[in-house]
Amino acid sequence: MSHHLAGEQSPAMESTVTTPAHAAYDSKIEGNIIFTRVDAAINWMRKNSLWPMPMGLACCAIELMATASSRFDISRFGMEVMRFSPRQADVMIVAGTVTYKMALAVKRVWDQMPEPKWCIAMGACASSGGMYRSYAVLQGIDRLIPVDVYISGCPPRPEALIEGLMKLQEKIELEHSTQDQKRAFFEENA
Amino acid sequence: MSTTATESAVAKSDIPALREALADGIVSEVEFRGEHTLNLSLEALPKALAHCKEKLGYEMLLDISSLDHFGDDPRFEMVYELASLDDRRHLRLKAKVSEDEAVPSAIHLWKAADWHEREVWDMMGIPFSGHPNLKRILMWEGYPYFPLRKDFPLAGRPTEMPDVAFTGVAPLEGGPFVTAPGAETIAKREPRARHQE
Repeated sequence: MSHHLAGEQSPAMESTVTTPAHAAYDSKIEGNIIFTRVDAAINWMRKNSLWPMPMGLACCAIELMATASSRFDISRFGMEVMRFSPRQADVMIVAGTVTYKMALAVKRVWDQMPEPKWCIAMGACASSGGMYRSYAVLQGIDRLIPVDVYISGCPPRPEALIEGLMKLQEKIELEHSTQDQKRAFFEENA
Repeated sequence: MSTTATESAVAKSDIPALREALADGIVSEVEFRGEHTLNLSLEALPKALAHCKEKLGYEMLLDISSLDHFGDDPRFEMVYELASLDDRRHLRLKAKVSEDEAVPSAIHLWKAADWHEREVWDMMGIPFSGHPNLKRILMWEGYPYFPLRKDFPLAGRPTEMPDVAFTGVAPLEGGPFVTAPGAETIAKREPRARHQE
């Protein structure tokens, strides 16, 4: 796993197999120590355990279910834990047509999800209203909640959803979570 | 095809009985491809429905729908699809309704009328008298428009009900895209943006 976390300190990562100089050192434990940045470690953990909140609202939900099932199997990415409680979810996959009647319910579920959280607009309807240019349909979920990844298709195939999730993983990898927290902390207490 | 012919003949045999029961309540009778339609006056409608259910054995209400003849008077038209289960008869009853009239509810005859009438009220804004629970079924309570009326734009109108729902105007980009049935070539029939007045 260390190659994921390779930071500036790559020379320091080479484990040394010398005799412990101090009795408190345990060579076995020391051999398992890696050096990295906190951000990189946090991002690595976050991106490989994304628990989705399946917001299945139309036919896209069928593809979402197929993605979760054995043939496509998103447990390979640590994402198999579909959470129907927003309190335990990390990424909301808005799969389907969001009607105005449903819109505020989707928003409410989004608000109940704890930070950090991400949103994927799956398919044409969730991204833009799709073919429903109508009085009843919200023209894209991004009018209510911030979207990280848009997936085209009507509905997108499971491969497309998996690619969207992988794009989200790449995005998470580049986040500066502790730095941002630190900055926010100092700004608040300035 | 023979069964269709038989059913249509059976439904046809009910019409004299209705004609007798309703007298001048029947405006016109239409037969088209084996389907029988009776156009009634609104006053005769409840009696006709009750007669069909209780005397003629139409124990099933398939659907209630409505039409908006925008610009005509009376403006609206109710459509009732009746069926009998044992001998598979099918009869359609229609009645015109003007904008300030209420239609007598058919709930006491068919429980199925409940949601159908609520849908007609929700989408077309035709009120029903004697309905125990006449509220919107698809849109939310408080939505100010009736979206299936001809004078309501497909793109919708902006509304706002804090904490309940809101609506906006959908971008049509030259649409709505509608088909032209009966046009000569496929290119002319397929959905395209056609200018509306």
